[in-house]
Order: sequence, then structure tokens, then C-alpha cells
Amino acid sequence: MTKVEELAQGVLSGEIRSIARAITVIENNAPEAKKLVSSIYPHTGKAHIIGFTGAGGAGKSTLIEKIVREYRRNGKTVGVVAVDPTSPFTGGAFLGDRIRMQELSTDPGVFIRSMASRNYPGGIARATKDAVKVLDAAGKDIVIVETVGAGQSEVEIIKVAQTVVVVHAPGLGDEIQAIKAGIMEIADIFVVNKADRENANKTVMDIQAILQLNNKETAWKPPVLKTVALTGEGVPQLIEKIEEHRLLLEKGLKHKGSREKAEAELIEAIKEKVVSSVLEGLRKEGEFEQLVGEIVEREIDPASAAEKLLKKALKDAEA
Amino acid sequence: MQTERKIRVLIAKPGLDSHDRGAKVVARALRDAGMEVIYTGLRQTPEQIAETALQEDVDVIGLSILSGAHKTLFPRIMDLLKKKGLTDVTVFAGGIIPEEDVEEMKKLGIKEVFGPGTPTERIIKYVLENVPKRT
Repeated sequence: MTKVEELAQGVLSGEIRSIARAITVIENNAPEAKKLVSSIYPHTGKAHIIGFTGAGGAGKSTLIEKIVREYRRNGKTVGVVAVDPTSPFTGGAFLGDRIRMQELSTDPGVFIRSMASRNYPGGIARATKDAVKVLDAAGKDIVIVETVGAGQSEVEIIKVAQTVVVVHAPGLGDEIQAIKAGIMEIADIFVVNKADRENANKTVMDIQAILQLNNKETAWKPPVLKTVALTGEGVPQLIEKIEEHRLLLEKGLKHKGSREKAEAELIEAIKEKVVSSVLEGLRKEGEFEQLVGEIVEREIDPASAAEKLLKKALKDAEA
Repeated sequence: MQTERKIRVLIAKPGLDSHDRGAKVVARALRDAGMEVIYTGLRQTPEQIAETALQEDVDVIGLSILSGAHKTLFPRIMDLLKKKGLTDVTVFAGGIIPEEDVEEMKKLGIKEVFGPGTPTERIIKYVLENVPKRT
């Protein structure tokens, strides 16, 4: 057996060290990453993948801790991937989501991994999707992804998760403005956390008011739930809704949803391959460096320079 | 896509310390040096620390302790790391560890001990030079 096969085998048998190593291999985009993902891929698709997104400070980590406990009480095993931002200036990251989940760390039915976004846009990391596959292949019943504290356009999570929970809390400022923009549309379930605060009902009503503006006929109407993550209040009800959503997906929506996801993943993979192979070729040409200089000197704009380079490259490819 | 290796560090506080100022300063410095730093908060048990190191697949662990319980807690942590097969992880310690205990700590496998007032540059340099090589 090669090393990659051994690692994949370890993942499939649920061995913790192998799961951890496999995620590192994927994160670092090590040479064996591709082979690893393709060998575990046939064993994925069994877990239910839940995404948690929403503004920083809404209580995502604390809520996830309570949800994991509830799933454990129901006899389910759980994997968590918690994403925090990488500093665009230093490349480093402070990963603190575990602080709220540490009591779960010694439960053998739970695997938690902190992940830095490594400047991937959209609230997750490039490796998140494949890390989820590792946990899925390792036999976790539920895989939870926590995005970075999201604002308006962190919608990548829909490409990863089957059920997206958008978490809010009263008093976070202009939160309703923020959710109107992007993450409003991706929510399968809304949660107003810290619901023991006095203006919680107003936040619930604000969200419902926006939802009513959406008059498309859909099989699933996103419910708005209240939770208090600190005490666990509302958590069983949230899990019930997640389960309802999962059943609906299973009944029919799933096919459509998973085709869309598969297509998006395929396009993503093609983009990555095309960009890196084309770029590699272009960089070898002296013209590339020359055009960079011309852009700096304002002699040509970047779009025209790209066109000039690509015209030649595409012609070469045709020939 | 290029291979992109980052140094992953766990900063952990075993025992009953009531503040974590030092640990956070070190965590911040290592982050600013481009590392991915996992911080787990106060009052961690040896089991939690070892299991976190395992799941997070860290290269380096920094243990911070102020309470004086290092002689009880550190052997337990080092033992658990060994049991989990994490023998290639570099472990260093900081906080209040009396000079006369340093030798004993090093015998446990703790590679370096940094006392109060250590410049963060020295810790960064140490980590960069002592990251275990991995294939």
C-alpha cells in the first residue's frame, strides 16, 4: 500500500490521526492531496452537512457546541470544521473557535478542526469542502461547518452545506441591513440567538418582514427560530427543523440541489486547473514580464494586456 | 495551485490559572509571524490538550502555566502525547517555572522553557528553527 492509500484507509476506518493528517494534506495542497480526495470520494455522501454563518459575535460557536451535544444525546457522531480569517498582511491566523467547544474535545464521537481561511473569499477556506469530505468518509453522521464571521457576501457556504443556518443576535447594530444583501437569500433556517435579550422579538419580526417580500413559491419556507445558546434553549427545536429540511432534501429537492453542487464543484475544479496551467505557460513568455512593466507605466491597461497574452496562448492551444 | 505549508501551533493553558495575558501575547506574536495559532482558552485538562493537538495536527505546542502545577500537569500531558503517537511534535513551555525545575521539564521531553519577560522575537525564532520536518 502506498502512503496515500494508507492514509485513505485510516480515514475510512475513522482513525483520528489519519483524519487529522488528511485534512492537513488537503489544506497544504500537498502533491498527494488530489489522489487522497479521489480515493475517499466514493465513500462520501452519507453525512448531513450543515453550515452556520452570520455576523461575528452572534454566538455561532457557542450555539454549535450546544447542537453537537444534542446530536450526541441522540446517538449521532459529529465532525466540525470551524473557519477563522487569515490575516491578509501576515498570512497568520488566530483560530479561537475551539474556546467555546473544548468540553467536546475528549468525546470520541466528535472531531473538531480549526481552519484558517488562507485568504479564500466567501467565508470558508479552499480546503473546507474537501475537509468535509474527509469527515463524511470517516463516518460522521453530521458535519458542521462554521464560516468566518460573515457580513454580506460570504455565501460560499451554500456550495458546501446542504442545510444553511444563518445566525443573528439582537443588538448587533445594523444587522438587518447586512442580511438583506446576500446571506438572506442563502438561509434555509434563520436563528435569532441571545433571544433572552429584550429586543429579540423585534429582530425576529424584522427578518420575517423581509422574508415576506420574497413571494416566490418554494417547497421550503425558511423558519425563524429563537435560541439562547448559553442555556441551550431552543436547540432541540432547531435540530428538529434541520431534520425536517434534510428529509425534504431527501424526498426530491436533493437531486436538483446535488446536481447544482456537483456542477459548481466541477466548474471550480476546471477553473483552478485552467488558470494554473495557462498561467504557467504565460509566465514562461518574456511578454508576460514586459506587459507587467507596461501596466506599471500605464502604457496598457490590465484587461487589454490579458487579452493580448491570451490571444496568443489560445491560438497555440488550437494549433 | 502551489503547495502551501503553514506552521500550526497550539497554545494551551493547563490547570487553574486565572488569566491568560502571556499566552495571548505569545499567540498574537506567532500569528503575526505568519503561523496558524490555535488557542483553546483557560483551564484545560491534559486530556483536552493532547486530544486537541491530535485533531488539529499541530507541529508545535506551547504550554503556558502560572499556577505552579507544572510538575503534576506536564508529565501527564507529555505521557498522553506519547500515547497518541504525537512524538514528532515540538513542545515548549512558558510562564512561571522556577529555574531549578527546568532540567526536570526538559527530561520530560519539553524542548525549551521561556521565563517571564522573554522577548517574543526569541520565541518566534525558536519556533521557526524547531518546527519538526514532515514529509
